[in-house]
Amino acid sequence: MTAEPLLDVRDLDVVYPGKGFRASGFRALNGVSLDILENETVGLVGESGSGKTTLGRAVLGLAPVTAGRIEYRGRDIAHLSRRERRALSSEIQVVFQDPYSSLSPAMTIEQILAEPLTAGGTEGKTARARVAGLLDAVHLPADAGSRLPREFSGGQRQRIAIARALALDPKLIICDEPVSALDLSTQARVLDLFIEIQERNGVAYLFISHDLAVVRHISHRVAVMYRGEIVESGDGDQVTAHPDHPYTQRLLMAAPVPDPDRQEQRRADRHRLLAAQAEADEQAGAAIGIG
Amino acid sequence: MSEASNPALETPSAVVAKVSLFRRLLRNPTAVAALGFLAVVAVVAVAGSFIAPRDPNLASLQDILRPPGSEYLLGTDGSGRDVLSRLLVATQISIAAAMLALAVALVIGVAGGLLAGYYGRWFDTVSTWLTSLIMALPGIVVLLAARSVLGPSVWLSMAIFGVLLSPAFFRLVYAAVTAVRNELYVDAARVSGLGDGRIIGRHILSVVRAPITIQSAIVTGIAIAIQSGLEFLGLGDLSVPTWGSMLNEGFDNIYREPLLMLWPALAIALTTIALTLFANVMRDEMERTGAKSRRRRKGRDHRPDTSRRRDHPDNPDHTARPEQARHPVVEHPDDPRDADGGLGEDLLRIEDLRVGYHQADGGVAGVVHGIDLRVRRGEVHGLIGESGSGKTQTAFAVLGLLPDGGRVLGGAIRFGGAELAGAGERDYLRVRGRKIGYIPQEPMSNLDPAFTVGSQLVEPLRVTLGLGKKDAVERALALLDRVGIPEPRRTFAAYPHEISGGMAQRVLIAGAVSTDPELLIADEPTTALDVTVQAEVLDLLRDLQEERNMGLLLVTHNFGVVADLCDRVSVMQDGRIVETGPVRAIFRAAEHQYTRSLLEAILDDGEPRGALVRADVKGGVR
Repeated sequence: MTAEPLLDVRDLDVVYPGKGFRASGFRALNGVSLDILENETVGLVGESGSGKTTLGRAVLGLAPVTAGRIEYRGRDIAHLSRRERRALSSEIQVVFQDPYSSLSPAMTIEQILAEPLTAGGTEGKTARARVAGLLDAVHLPADAGSRLPREFSGGQRQRIAIARALALDPKLIICDEPVSALDLSTQARVLDLFIEIQERNGVAYLFISHDLAVVRHISHRVAVMYRGEIVESGDGDQVTAHPDHPYTQRLLMAAPVPDPDRQEQRRADRHRLLAAQAEADEQAGAAIGIG
Repeated sequence: MSEASNPALETPSAVVAKVSLFRRLLRNPTAVAALGFLAVVAVVAVAGSFIAPRDPNLASLQDILRPPGSEYLLGTDGSGRDVLSRLLVATQISIAAAMLALAVALVIGVAGGLLAGYYGRWFDTVSTWLTSLIMALPGIVVLLAARSVLGPSVWLSMAIFGVLLSPAFFRLVYAAVTAVRNELYVDAARVSGLGDGRIIGRHILSVVRAPITIQSAIVTGIAIAIQSGLEFLGLGDLSVPTWGSMLNEGFDNIYREPLLMLWPALAIALTTIALTLFANVMRDEMERTGAKSRRRRKGRDHRPDTSRRRDHPDNPDHTARPEQARHPVVEHPDDPRDADGGLGEDLLRIEDLRVGYHQADGGVAGVVHGIDLRVRRGEVHGLIGESGSGKTQTAFAVLGLLPDGGRVLGGAIRFGGAELAGAGERDYLRVRGRKIGYIPQEPMSNLDPAFTVGSQLVEPLRVTLGLGKKDAVERALALLDRVGIPEPRRTFAAYPHEISGGMAQRVLIAGAVSTDPELLIADEPTTALDVTVQAEVLDLLRDLQEERNMGLLLVTHNFGVVADLCDRVSVMQDGRIVETGPVRAIFRAAEHQYTRSLLEAILDDGEPRGALVRADVKGGVR
């Protein structure tokens, strides 16, 4: 068996059209390349506006791809018709960040979970049985099915969203900041659920987050995005603990350590790093000026 | 809000939410009366021509203008026709005509709104343009023109009127759909493999269903009124009895038989009133549920989640209160290393503070259950907890800024010799913004978009410090410079939407310290910011606090922020402080179980996941 990637993104550009006549568009992604193997978690770290969410949406067919390829099992899925995209729903799924707006407020949990199944042609009875299994898989009680989303806390809603993503037994789940809106202890439990499901069901994650610690916890490999480009990528431990790229270094140093003394140390390190980088930039600028 | 073992899950409260709107309507007397009357009208409209005792158009010259009696229950009209029979049949026709107008308006408006809102593009442009055109047309004039061209017909005129009414639905549906279209659950449905038809039918139509019902009731009322008006003016088809035409005849004989006007007038008035009342009640009930969900979606911490507490009586918060109240607060002694730093006197002292919210059922739901806290001069006190722990409520109580319905139920808040618990607005004016500064969580929503950054800084300076305009501007510029804004003059003249979130937070910090307060209260000041910006803002806060020797009460959920800034920490859970002490004691020697569980949940120092274990794997992110 060869190490054929499950998802292979190559030189992807996404430009959102500008508003109004002849307005220039907004380039959200610029030549992004990334691949994900089966059963693998690739973490995607970046700050707001870095394009990390756009990359996830492009894979899901929710963002306009202007150039480049997105190959899923060797087939380009960047420009699928609606019908072809629907057929792909059993392969690629999503868990969004906001557990409050990602569940339809007027539908019961059972309806939400059964919907992707019945849309794919599963019979009602089979679907209901599957829903019970899904609730169990995300550790929610079986009677949760008859309730509305608003009766659940953020963590529970995120479990429901995970169950919905799992309904069609996909091979790849795009996780767009799935734990960012959750409390600390809930966050840890939901992350463990993600890992548990991965080990049990054999699914790959593109795990998007702004939090290096979260990404480090769940990812096999990590890619760092900055202004629409991937600036650093590689082994999870390497990127999140000993980064090479100046931006990743700044990102790592900016995250406060939950320990007063070590944070004092990190603060000093950060100031030193910033000073060093500023100096390097100045020299680089001077060199360009001379040249 | 622990989610693993929430007893709320075992309570059968699901049904409440599901059938609630209709059932709540049935509990409302106005709605019951309106619905009851409308039901009667509906029955008459369906069965009117069958139960009518006589032919409504049979004129009898012997029986002209008979008074109500045994033979003719409601008497006869000027042509000797039975009023009761005419009224029954007229109900059928009037209602059917109104329904026709409604149906036409619904079909055009809802379908158009859904398509334009969901697909957008050229259809959106064209249909919005057409809608504006229709709305600009004077309805009555169009109807009069149609009558003179097409002849007098109730049905034709109502169908045309339906077209004229369709913008009401179009606008409503269009607005709702464009709002929902970008909701994540619609994206999720699309990813789930649902076709557009299903998404529109299940996810989008369900959102606009209730507003459409309300609008339908109102539109039907308007259709009845306009139709009756046309008929009353004698512009209708005289061969079919309608409420309007009966009114017209009654008006002809108003001196001889005034009662003739009463029946159609009553029918018109009561029906439209019932429709309007029904729409109003339904709107009120919907807003009640709407407010609830809105409250939950906005900043999770700003308002306590009282609705859930009410729904689930066996919430731990209710049952465990007496027991937990006895549970002592774990208190660590002062760190000797801090003592020589010269800790100042107490700035803020909170004793046994209790905060609660009034409930619709008359009760009070507590969110802070008796906490003690003090902040000394020159000290940064971190208040850490998860959502719903009451930490933000505590901060708001000190500031006297509790949202509607919330109030301090008991305890003391002493600040510099003044008692703030239960203090009036006037007392607070002397403190808030002068001696206590406030830094909010969402920088953008705390700057007024209509004013420049500069004017929002200058105004408080002039009011609180009584500075002249020139001095105030100078001081504001100096403050902007101090908080690290690169070009103070440009930012001073900018509007809030022209600056970034990090800059906005710097501006708010500048505003908070502009009046030289003794105490700063910062509510999650960096939560909405990117990590790199957060680090800069934390640096700024630390520098300012040291430079001015202020007390700082820092509300946060992030242990990294606590480690970075705080001297002392109090851990809150379910409206109580469970553990308090110097920052190192909390991190190194936490004793309370909850504090420990929080510290354990921190991922920062965790092991990395490691590489994917697969012998045959050879790949990398390029």
